[in-house]
Amino acid sequence: MRLAIKRRASSGQRPGPDGERAWDMEKARPQWGNPLQFVFACISYAVGLGNVWRFPYLCQMYGGGSFLVPYVIMLIVEGMPLLYLELAVGQRMRQGSIGAWRTISPYLSGVGVASVVVSFFLSMYYNVINAWGFWYLFHSFQDPLPWSVCPLNGNRTGYDEECEKASSTQYFWYRKTLNISPSIQENGGVQWEPALCLTLAWLVVYLCILRGTESTGKMEQLANPKAWINAATQIFFSLGLGFGSLIAFASYNEPSNNCQKHAIIVSIINSSTSIFASIVTFSIYGFKATFNYENCLNKVILLLTNSFDLEDGFLTANNLEEVKDYLASTYPSKYSDVFPHIRNCSLESELNTAVQGTGLAFIVYTEAIKNMEVSQLWSVLYFFMLLMLGMGSMLGNTAAILTPLTDSKVISSYLPKEAISGLVCLINCAIGMVFTMEAGNYWFDIFNDYAATLSLLLIVLVETIAVCYVYGLKRFESDLQAMTGRSLNWYWKAMWAFVSPVLIISLFVFYLSDYILTGTLQYQAWDATQGQLVTKDYPPHALAVIGLLVASSTMCIPLVALGTFIRNRLKRGGSSPVA
Amino acid sequence: MLWLLLFLVTAIHAELCHPDAENAFKVRLSIRTALGDKAYVWDTDEEYLFRAMVAFSMRKVPNRETTEISHVLLCNVTQRVSFWFVVTDPSKNHTLPAAEVQSAIRMNRNRINSAFFLDDHTLEFLKIPSTLAPPPDASVPVWIIVFGVIFCIVVVAIALLVLSGIRQRRRNNKGPLGVEDAEDKCENIITIENGIPCDPLDTKGGLINDGFLTEDERLTPL
Repeated sequence: MRLAIKRRASSGQRPGPDGERAWDMEKARPQWGNPLQFVFACISYAVGLGNVWRFPYLCQMYGGGSFLVPYVIMLIVEGMPLLYLELAVGQRMRQGSIGAWRTISPYLSGVGVASVVVSFFLSMYYNVINAWGFWYLFHSFQDPLPWSVCPLNGNRTGYDEECEKASSTQYFWYRKTLNISPSIQENGGVQWEPALCLTLAWLVVYLCILRGTESTGKMEQLANPKAWINAATQIFFSLGLGFGSLIAFASYNEPSNNCQKHAIIVSIINSSTSIFASIVTFSIYGFKATFNYENCLNKVILLLTNSFDLEDGFLTANNLEEVKDYLASTYPSKYSDVFPHIRNCSLESELNTAVQGTGLAFIVYTEAIKNMEVSQLWSVLYFFMLLMLGMGSMLGNTAAILTPLTDSKVISSYLPKEAISGLVCLINCAIGMVFTMEAGNYWFDIFNDYAATLSLLLIVLVETIAVCYVYGLKRFESDLQAMTGRSLNWYWKAMWAFVSPVLIISLFVFYLSDYILTGTLQYQAWDATQGQLVTKDYPPHALAVIGLLVASSTMCIPLVALGTFIRNRLKRGGSSPVA
Repeated sequence: MLWLLLFLVTAIHAELCHPDAENAFKVRLSIRTALGDKAYVWDTDEEYLFRAMVAFSMRKVPNRETTEISHVLLCNVTQRVSFWFVVTDPSKNHTLPAAEVQSAIRMNRNRINSAFFLDDHTLEFLKIPSTLAPPPDASVPVWIIVFGVIFCIVVVAIALLVLSGIRQRRRNNKGPLGVEDAEDKCENIITIENGIPCDPLDTKGGLINDGFLTEDERLTPL
């Protein structure tokens, strides 16, 4: 007996010219080699520079160990549920962010577009940090380290003036690395050295994503209501929600993958890394504070010894106070002349200086490293670690952009995967040259502060509401059950439907009101004559760019919904019912 | 008479050398900071050595080759150790210009420092800036070399991956073409006979189904 069975092509992808082909065009989706690769990709994406330079700062500002309480609570209430939601959506829809949201509801594909736009902004400026990491890494192979000594001035009688007023590490960062201009208006030209490093950073990213996202798994942001808000924000950004990267990663999973377990694992590892990084950072703070305190004391001792011609070695840290009193009483006029120059050295004030962001990574850490033994080794290790963290997050970002592009049949039929990746990297690199100009660091700060913050909150809010109320929580629950074989815990349902949206709305309202109430936005500019940062107002064109950044991603959602609505209306009006 | 002479000499000495005098320089030594336990005591012999070193430096200046140790006057030695010095001309009436003394000291700073086992920081001449040693400058900055190495590695790796991708795609395009010609002849329905799919059995095309025995073998030949 003959049984004729139409065989479905399991790996056919030949768009043949003749229409007789009855092969089903279901293109097979590349998959992770094993679930561990997926977990590693998510971890390397989530664990980024924010764990190293933002979380320790927040801990220090909001009471140290007690910050962990709001942090852990927000992790359980907001971070894990939202992470699980994104992974589940990606695994269920098996498409990148645009396709996934289009499947949920055609009116909501704007959410996917907004995610891609935000990821695009992020990848534009994030790789500049990797470029700086490369710069410092290459400069670590010198003895002495270039940021440990000041260069000499013109006639070699002393050190460069700007370096004297600031410190050698600050000078190396602001002058040698950034060559920063005094304000955002003075643009200057593109600096060739950071431009070269940025090109190299993009080449490395291209190398890793060349073959598609499945290769990234092999590589390896987060009392006092402010403390709670910052904990919520930190968890939110530390996990990288809303960029579409998690959806992209999860879309390459097998449908039966247990993404609930993975969501919990990734969020726990992300938070443990943050906590571990803060332990290290605090010890660096302590080292630096002790060193600076002792330096300060020595300077005071030298000043007093020289002014009063005391015996060399007589003044020590122990008898400093008594001798000061003695001198004040014995030589009152001379002491009052010297007094303004005597700094009050205090270990507490040194410990209280908290820095975050690029200031922490490139100034404070390098200052601590230059005082250690074998500083070249520590420097190389540290910047290598920064590069690993930065590259991991960067690959997740580019995956968020590339997956929707390669999913789209229009684009992927014209260009192979390598060409799409190359084009994306090239465009981002070209735009990223803006950040290598003299005023580039100011533009970087603009992007860092405004490109992703409000838009992400809105995107994740719409995502949660879309899944729970538009797609239907019951429908999603049954989908997940069919897919993974496990029923959905009531805890997740409660979080998705009620708690997380409420939290995000309150965060959103808080930040919006904060921006409105603050009035004009200001920024920190480096003043070379004083050797320190000064506050300035943003000029109008910078404010316009900020507005454009926020609007271009948030407006995607309503605009695409409107566009789909109009298109449907036209189609319905155009097509006449067949008699 | 001798007393008068001594008195006169001391008076002149005090006139020419006193703190903030014209053409006078203050010197500051930090012996204990530099040498720790091996610090020596600053006494008149050390002062003599110092005066000798200054006189030596002045002798290197053109027109001042006749400077003697006695022309160098020291005063106001403190516990610190710090003191003032001037260099007088042979007549001992007035002091040599500060610019000359400054340039002489700057030229021979290294010799003076090493005579006392000190360096520019621990033996300070106030108002005489020392020439700092520039950091060793390689002809090609080190970072460019490291950058070049990493850059070349990455570019080569990208080129290899891209080329292998192109080669693989070309192989994929050629491979299915062979199968396509064969399958053009049969319909797009694959027959499964007795549980054996025919496709892997048939590579030549046509409708020959090896699942069945051929006629010749089955029937006894006539």
